[in-house]
Amino acid sequence: MSLIRSKLPAITKIVASALLIAGCSSSDDDPAPVPDPVPAPPATTTFEVTVSNLTNAQPLSPVAVIAHQDGYAVFTVGMPATVGLETLAEGGDNSALIGEADADALVLATASGTAPIGPAGSETITIEVLESELAGLLLSTSTMLVNTNDAITGSNGVAIGDMAVGDVMSQRTIAYDSGTEANTELAIQIPGPAGGGEGFNAARDDLADRVTMHTGVVSRDDGLAMSDLSGQHRFDNSVAAFRIERIN
Amino acid sequence: MKRTLIAAALAASALTLPAAHATDFDVEITNLTNGIYFTPFLAAAHPAGTNLFVTGQPASANLQAMAEGGSIDGLVDDVTALGATFVANPASGLLPPAASTTFTLNTDGTTNDRLTIVAMLLPTNDAFAGLNAIEIPTEPGTYVYDVPAYDAGTEANDELLTGGGAPGAPGMPADPGGLTGTNGTGAATADTNTNVHIHRGALGDSDATGGSSDLDNRVHRWLNPVVRVTLTVR
Repeated sequence: MSLIRSKLPAITKIVASALLIAGCSSSDDDPAPVPDPVPAPPATTTFEVTVSNLTNAQPLSPVAVIAHQDGYAVFTVGMPATVGLETLAEGGDNSALIGEADADALVLATASGTAPIGPAGSETITIEVLESELAGLLLSTSTMLVNTNDAITGSNGVAIGDMAVGDVMSQRTIAYDSGTEANTELAIQIPGPAGGGEGFNAARDDLADRVTMHTGVVSRDDGLAMSDLSGQHRFDNSVAAFRIERIN
Repeated sequence: MKRTLIAAALAASALTLPAAHATDFDVEITNLTNGIYFTPFLAAAHPAGTNLFVTGQPASANLQAMAEGGSIDGLVDDVTALGATFVANPASGLLPPAASTTFTLNTDGTTNDRLTIVAMLLPTNDAFAGLNAIEIPTEPGTYVYDVPAYDAGTEANDELLTGGGAPGAPGMPADPGGLTGTNGTGAATADTNTNVHIHRGALGDSDATGGSSDLDNRVHRWLNPVVRVTLTVR
């Protein structure tokens, strides 16, 4: 079962109280008043997002899943990463990114994976939105390749609003460099099992403070003498597969 | 979709322009790499059945000039001869890492229904990004294409910053980012595949004043795709 942080409860409360008020206006003359019907909760739609790790030795940090409208993006190539994305990209902690998303009026729902996804592993994460919010609905996902300094992968604004119940959409994703930490490949700066080092550090010391494609892990086996990573940690695109299914 | 096709067919027959494509679209080219610059792009809408390069075939002399030194003059002559609708050098010079350039192409009244976009990766010996004669969509919307790096197959990838940019001259012509090293001994002496092929990637090393390559293996490597092209059809 995946954690779901949704804006649904608040909306549900507002709609429910509106229905109660309507229910109270039944006529006093009615000799046998029919009990107020239990207000039906607003119709919701569920999507299942299945993330599969395609790498050799790069566990993926717990995945952030964000349902939103046009105008929100986890990142834009060429622009600096938000602190939330930096926190995810350097340490694998998605809470700040999800917090930023929850505070954004264009974000409708967020969800998180429960644990890292190892190589060859996968996890299915559920996210719910109101049926009334399906028009123009986009889905973004983000996760760190944890045996790196600041590599991430995920999807940016996949259009899912037109999917019918039972429809499946599949996408393979590539690795990006968040641009927030130099790719030293030193264990003390790699939070994953290959390093056991530091995660988030507010300093931004990459080539430039902006998101680009990742150049890949070099490793000590392939010419970076100071690297604490081995050839096992190298990767090529694609690094992850995302399967999105509309359940109801 | 169907209605649009029928409407287009009716319009075409009314105007008696049997194969004419009426497409007005914006093109955005984004450099996705972390440390690679692109020399001036050539973006050309041209008739189907023509190509500036074909994988598995030798590069033309004009493609070689672009891939080894960044000169698109010869390719401009080629696409002009094809009657192409094209834009040369939209970024007015180099396109740095993570930068984008945007322009418009309008193929109204032509048969130019294929799109090719090329530019050299710098610093490399003869790597270029190539969107190869994709069919230009006619339905209004936004279309995204991820573009890989090709090796022209015309020059050994020695990864030495010699200033060699003329066709046939060894070495890399320039390093706009200023992050290359010196005194490399040469990362390769020949290409095994001397036809156009997907580039195997830069090697580089971590020795700024020696080693086999003048490239830095933390800066000048890349993974595909290297360029993203976004078409917005109106």
